[in-house]
Amino acid sequence: MTDLTEQLPEGEAPNLRARALGFWRLFARNRPAVLGLAILIGVIVLAAIAPIIYPDNPFSLAGRPMSPPFGEWIFGTDTLGRDVMAGIAHGARTSLMIGLVATVVAVVFGTLMGALAGYYGGWIDDLLMRITEVFQTIPSFVFAILLVAIMSPSIQSIIIAIAVVSWPALARLVRGEFLSMKNREFVQASVVMGVPDWKIILIQILPNCLSPVIVAGSLLVATAILIESGLSFLGLGDPNVMSWGFQVGAGRTVLRRAWWICTFPGVAILLTVLAINLVGEGLNDALNPRLRERKG
Amino acid sequence: MSGRIAFILRRFLQAIPILLAIIIINFLLLKLAPGDAADVLAGEAGSATPEYMAELRAKFGLDKPVPVQLAQYVGRVLMLDFGYSFRHDMPVAQLVIDRLGPTLILMVTTILLAVGFGILLGLLAATGLNTWRDNVISILALVSYATPLFWVGLMLIVVFSINLGWFPTSGMETIAAFHTGWARVLDIAHHLVLPAITLSLFYLALYTRLMRASMLEQAGMDYVITARAKGLSERRITFRHVLRNALLPVVTMAGVQVSSLIGGSVIVETVFGWPGLGQLAFESLFARDLNLLMGIFFLSAVLVLIVNLIVDILYTLLDPRIELK
Repeated sequence: MTDLTEQLPEGEAPNLRARALGFWRLFARNRPAVLGLAILIGVIVLAAIAPIIYPDNPFSLAGRPMSPPFGEWIFGTDTLGRDVMAGIAHGARTSLMIGLVATVVAVVFGTLMGALAGYYGGWIDDLLMRITEVFQTIPSFVFAILLVAIMSPSIQSIIIAIAVVSWPALARLVRGEFLSMKNREFVQASVVMGVPDWKIILIQILPNCLSPVIVAGSLLVATAILIESGLSFLGLGDPNVMSWGFQVGAGRTVLRRAWWICTFPGVAILLTVLAINLVGEGLNDALNPRLRERKG
Repeated sequence: MSGRIAFILRRFLQAIPILLAIIIINFLLLKLAPGDAADVLAGEAGSATPEYMAELRAKFGLDKPVPVQLAQYVGRVLMLDFGYSFRHDMPVAQLVIDRLGPTLILMVTTILLAVGFGILLGLLAATGLNTWRDNVISILALVSYATPLFWVGLMLIVVFSINLGWFPTSGMETIAAFHTGWARVLDIAHHLVLPAITLSLFYLALYTRLMRASMLEQAGMDYVITARAKGLSERRITFRHVLRNALLPVVTMAGVQVSSLIGGSVIVETVFGWPGLGQLAFESLFARDLNLLMGIFFLSAVLVLIVNLIVDILYTLLDPRIELK
């Protein structure tokens, strides 16, 4: 974050407005990231207004089954006469919510594990990294399938499964940051002054390694949405909640007669995941300006 | 050379605790699941008296304390005994081994496609940095990276199977044709095209980006400046010097990605009806055949361990600078 303040005129206190503006300028230099942000805002707005524009249950019958798109229903209807567009609008809520909550859980847990391992080192580090290694060896999607199948499909079990397979990468990242930070002078000074460990971890070191965590977290949201769509495509989605993966899975059997049922929800997944990836790269460029040269 | 053998041995020993941990996770999941083996058996039989249930539990050792059960479970798994699949009326181990072949065909083809074309495209993008060629390749990689596998598969079926009729929509071979020899190989290859392309697309994007970044990183190294100062042509620098060094991280990634490749093959095999482990996993989900799902899960974890081991060994052969420790 120091890079942002360096850009401001000297002697002037960096107020929040100026910092935000400076951050936006760095972010906006990456044009694709701005495009990604625009798409993402579009998806968020769609999710927010879904109950207003489609007040009916998205599972309810809207009209004649398998009506082609661009007629009465913009994206047609599916095998049971459900409006595909209504499903996409309500599915946006599911995807964003699961992606976000699962990421927060994974980031909090992964950061905790990484921070403990990196700060204390020794046998704690050995033990925690061994556990991380085991979780990284296990094929993550198969593990997620197994977890959801055992806990029976629901929003909670999907979130838990995604978080369980996603935290190891974050733990490794945070551990690396802590390893490089813990011998810096400002941390050593706190140790000498007798500041308790938890305060050093939370107040001294953690804020200094937030930028890579934010970038990794934003990319994790995209992965989480992909995992969720894969699970619900396989029939492991919450049966009471509309989701994009479920829509594609439901249209699969009539692919020959009604291509649109699978196509449009898939486009929605693609656009959302692409947008989040672009925003993540933009955040990376804005938060770590020096890294950009290396990435080419 | 003895250093290398010691290294391989040490890596092998390091894999054992991970294997044990995976078995323990498997056991804990089994405990977490609603109902035990006796419930499943009784359910299959239709009905059972409480006495019969108790007898069954005693037979499976389910009445013993949990640590004893764990020890017995580890023992059984090490003997490759994963229990019995009542849906398929076969031991799980037998079923899983039978389905391993098609999955390996799909995975090996995918890795070859993805790594091969990924290296080529990454090279093309890096040598034409910031030209239209680089931009097109980078945009395509970005889009493939964000596309759900099952959707790509379905769209390929719509275009190439339903509309153009070039490739079959599902299966691994034409059963009714009874092809033998080369005719059978060709038939399987024909069925393999769409699933392999679908599964490789994501990894192709990954390797392309990795190769591009790796080439650019190597291009800034001192040895490149030395080569240029010696008066070597740019072509020679790129192919003889930069390319070789840039390949290393790609090889490592190929190993790391096997884990997610297995997850991807569940989806792709389900979409294309490819009769491998992934489809078996999907079937076992629907049949609520937990024993079978556990067996597949365990085998795929072991597969990842083995591949990681092989990659580690390959890596020491490719890069003599790696310290053997």
